[in-house]
Amino acid sequence: MEVEAAKMIGAGLAAIALGGAGIGIGHIFGNYLSGALRNPAAADAQFKNLLLGFALAEATGLFALVVSFIILFG
Amino acid sequence: MQQTAQTNDAAQAAAAHAAQAAADGAGKFDPLHQFQIQPLVPIRIGEWDFSFTNSSLWMVIAVAVISFIFLFGQNRIVPGRLQSIRELAYEFVANVTRDILHDEGRPFFPFLFTLFVFILAANLLGMIPYSFTFTSHIIVTFALALTVFVLATVVGFVKNGVRYLKLFVPSGVPVYMLPVLVPIEVISYFTRPISLSVRLFANMMAGHTMLKVFASFVVGLGVIGGWAPLAMMVALTGLEFLVAFLQAYVFMVLSVIYLSDALHPEH
Repeated sequence: MEVEAAKMIGAGLAAIALGGAGIGIGHIFGNYLSGALRNPAAADAQFKNLLLGFALAEATGLFALVVSFIILFG
Repeated sequence: MQQTAQTNDAAQAAAAHAAQAAADGAGKFDPLHQFQIQPLVPIRIGEWDFSFTNSSLWMVIAVAVISFIFLFGQNRIVPGRLQSIRELAYEFVANVTRDILHDEGRPFFPFLFTLFVFILAANLLGMIPYSFTFTSHIIVTFALALTVFVLATVVGFVKNGVRYLKLFVPSGVPVYMLPVLVPIEVISYFTRPISLSVRLFANMMAGHTMLKVFASFVVGLGVIGGWAPLAMMVALTGLEFLVAFLQAYVFMVLSVIYLSDALHPEH
């Protein structure tokens, strides 16, 4: 197999991990929303935790994206 | 007559330039071109390269913008626009520090505030077209993260002495689990600067690359089909502003959490 083709396939495989980040972010926002609808009074206090959790979950996906970029352009 | 000749020459030169640029661009579309570091004032001392680069230039601009907002202008009882920015930023960082570190956080507030404002300014200045986002370079974010890591470690050992090592021994865990858990805790402690720096750098780099890729769709589809990706671009730009703020916030909050670990290692 040519190196260029293998690089493309590898980068694509590395980007699959972003699906996990998508699931994680969906979980965080979904659970925040259901919690906020049950107890709207407590929702504002947890908004900072929501943002923190969102950023932490997104970061794991971006690690995979960086791996993919390194394979493509590195 | 002469004027027309000149105009013709200029037009030809422009056309040649455009053709050259098109030929360069057509060769390979490179969304990572925007992250290239170019030396503006080459300075070499022996083996070392101390050049003043576009990265350094934007760091200076970031500091200048922050200084302008925070040092100039009078403080009034009814705040104006700039004073509102100052007060919002101060209250924001102060609240986070107070919530997590309580009164012990006071000595660290200036550091955390500087960190937050510097990263926020860097991320927001990077959203200006044709500007340079220096937080999209891992060496910059790694230097910042390493500073936080070293500070937290030194503070931990100064405040707690050897008891700081209790951080690696989770409380309330059966003894036979410790050989597994302690190495995990040690590894997770030492990957802190890496995860902290890669999070910021990857977010900024991925965001800007994504904008560039979508911009290439707009150009590629032309006047007829380019409107859909253009609308997407507007939405993505909004998202990038959110990410720019969010990443500065997360960097600051995680620094606060690491410092809180350093002050109270028994969790």
